[in-house]
Amino acid sequence: MGGLDLVEIHNVELNGGEIIVECLKKEGVEHVFGYPGGAVLHIYDAIFNQDDVKHILVRHEQGAAHAADGYARTTGKPGVVLVTSGPGATNAVTGIATAYMDSVPMVVITGQVPSPVIGSDAFQEVDTVGITRPCVKHNFLVKDVNDLAETFKKAFYIATTGRPGPVVIDVPKDITSPWIKVPFKYPTKIKMRSYNPTTKGHVGQIKRAVKMMLAAKRPVFYTGGGVVLDGAAAELTKLAQRLNFPLTSTLMGLGGYPATDKQFLGMLGMHGTYEANMAMHGTDVLIAVGARFDDRITGNVERFCPDAKIIHIDIDPSSISKNVRVDIPIVGSVKSVLQSMNDVLADVEIDHKPELIDGWWKDIEEWRARECLKYSTKSKKIMPQAAIESLYNVTNGNAIVCSDVGQHQMFVAQFYKFDRPNRWANSGGLGTMGFGLPAAMGAQIANPDDEVVLVTGDASIQMCIQELSTCMQYGLPLKIILLNNGYMGMVRQWQEFFYEKRYSESIVEAQPDFIKLVESYGHIGMTVSDPAELDSTMEKAFAMKDRLVLINVLIDPESNVYPMIEAGKGHNEMYMPPESELV
Amino acid sequence: MRHIISILMENEAGALSRVAGLFSARGYNIESLTVSPTEDKTLSRMTLVTWGNNEIIEQITKQLNKLIEVVKLIDLAEGKHIERELMMIKLKAEGDHREEVKRLVDIFRGKIIDVSDNSYVVEMTGATSKLDAFVDTVANELIVEVVRTGPSAISRGIGGLHL
Ligand SMILES: Cc1ncc(C[n+]2csc(CCOP(=O)(O)OP(=O)(O)O)c2C)c(N)n1
Ligand SMILES: [Mg+2]
Repeated sequence: MGGLDLVEIHNVELNGGEIIVECLKKEGVEHVFGYPGGAVLHIYDAIFNQDDVKHILVRHEQGAAHAADGYARTTGKPGVVLVTSGPGATNAVTGIATAYMDSVPMVVITGQVPSPVIGSDAFQEVDTVGITRPCVKHNFLVKDVNDLAETFKKAFYIATTGRPGPVVIDVPKDITSPWIKVPFKYPTKIKMRSYNPTTKGHVGQIKRAVKMMLAAKRPVFYTGGGVVLDGAAAELTKLAQRLNFPLTSTLMGLGGYPATDKQFLGMLGMHGTYEANMAMHGTDVLIAVGARFDDRITGNVERFCPDAKIIHIDIDPSSISKNVRVDIPIVGSVKSVLQSMNDVLADVEIDHKPELIDGWWKDIEEWRARECLKYSTKSKKIMPQAAIESLYNVTNGNAIVCSDVGQHQMFVAQFYKFDRPNRWANSGGLGTMGFGLPAAMGAQIANPDDEVVLVTGDASIQMCIQELSTCMQYGLPLKIILLNNGYMGMVRQWQEFFYEKRYSESIVEAQPDFIKLVESYGHIGMTVSDPAELDSTMEKAFAMKDRLVLINVLIDPESNVYPMIEAGKGHNEMYMPPESELV
Repeated sequence: MRHIISILMENEAGALSRVAGLFSARGYNIESLTVSPTEDKTLSRMTLVTWGNNEIIEQITKQLNKLIEVVKLIDLAEGKHIERELMMIKLKAEGDHREEVKRLVDIFRGKIIDVSDNSYVVEMTGATSKLDAFVDTVANELIVEVVRTGPSAISRGIGGLHL
């Protein structure tokens, strides 16, 4: 059925379930992550009758949404989810909200009870459109089978354009009835009078911005997830290298500029590097690119970049001047605006005085010399930082890495140097524990030839652990690095710093035997506790190309993430690691 | 400062709750909100009265514009405009009060549209501030019931909010 062209399809009568599958094909969707139930049985029947759209059966609907999310983040293509009404939809909500906070393109099809009984508290009825409204870019309730195709076209269009995000399509069961057939025609183009995202930046603003950049003495690029989402890494790299400006990135932006390059200062913000945060504090011209001035980045907004003129490039006008006033706003696609800046620079070559920023680089090198990421090598235990460094080495920095939420996530951000975009998937905005395993699953399905790694914690992994079963079913050879500290480490760290070590409910008691656990799902487990065996264990695990291997890394239990800026403090007020003070 | 935001939106179920949800989720103030059809069946028009400093109003208009169903909006406070609200107010009217209330209604150019031997229903239109003034002027113990539509507003001159 895959080869039907428009004219032919026009004469074909299809039922709602078949129409949905055809729409997915038309959108080039290869994988759908889902879980069946009463309200979507007609759709599942249509899926059964074809091979073009492959269905991945998860073990929990939250897993479906995170898997589609990981798929999207590592490909740039929209992830697709299919769940049933009621509990199917509510289980997916955490995953939808996670995608929403990080602007991930996703289309979620939820079954709904039949139209005539909507509102009657029917079996497995919830108001999905109402529940998801605050955590989607848009949602639809389909009221007529004749509207299905256009609704799908709109949903994919909205999810993937402008500032991307999840779109929910709620489909009552009668709409997919096998007995109601209508002509199918998928619109080739869609225009919506109420939705026209701006793409090209204002030329005058771009010129003003470039002029300001060329006059800067202490410039910094502050780049965010928008660079990755818009596929603008090449344009950013060209611009930054042309100007020799330093860059720092948010958690979401990592990979948007090569982390191994000398112009890169590392991540900024709460657990950012000393040099990145000091550069933010001292800058005179800040160029924010596809970033949204989140509170984990700015700290106290009153003390944020006190001397800076700010240029802000973003596709979403509502991100501009939301938390921090900016001097030159540029609404537009990050990619096209950076490209225009490169074009402008090609013209005004003469005005560029590279030596203007020599002093600034000297300051930065001094901050760098503080070695803020230094950690103790004296411990008899494995340090979490060393584990990530070992992972980096054994994968040659080429893996796709997903993480959960906690200290381990920050250690990846600090120590795994992402040189390319779309190689790093984590829940930045919502901070959803349980994201990692299903996201890694989705990433592996999207990138079968890549090494996909999950770095997780002993608490996080238990939040979506059931997906180990999905990994078995589809033969996904993930490598899981479990940084096991016996704590909800990030919670414990805050309790150590701000609650006089009262470790209230942050100890992971009654841990399962993780090795037996993964083995029971049919996978392989290894434990390592001796620093001398860390590298060899990693190598052994990664040598098993076609098996899922979990390495239970018993790490120094009370390691902390440094540097750290306490919420509400300024960028120049960092807690530094005890080790670096010695430098 | 008080702002009147006029919105043209797709006439679709759920559009109103998107706007209301946006205001509660982001903690913006709503003083009043009215929705009604327009000359174009596919569009409805919302008039929303809110207040806040310039930054907040800027965010409100940006966030509203981000809603997929919002086609166009203007902040009427940015230019000259006319504002009207309809009020129906039921007042006790017995003995001496009957004349006194009637005189007051005349001063405010209201109309008595229902009379019983002990009550009046008064219809009054005007700017919100005028209706407020009437309510403040009538003795509190005479008021039985107040029903107000919330303001509708339109810009002066030939320009307007349309597609
Ligand atoms: C669903 C969810 N619940 C609670 C939290 C709060 N939280 C943030 S980090 C964390 C601890 C994570 O522990 P672990 O997975 O072991 O990682 P570690 O910090 O020890 O590396 C908790 C509970 C969260 N982010 N997500
Ligand atoms: Mg832990």
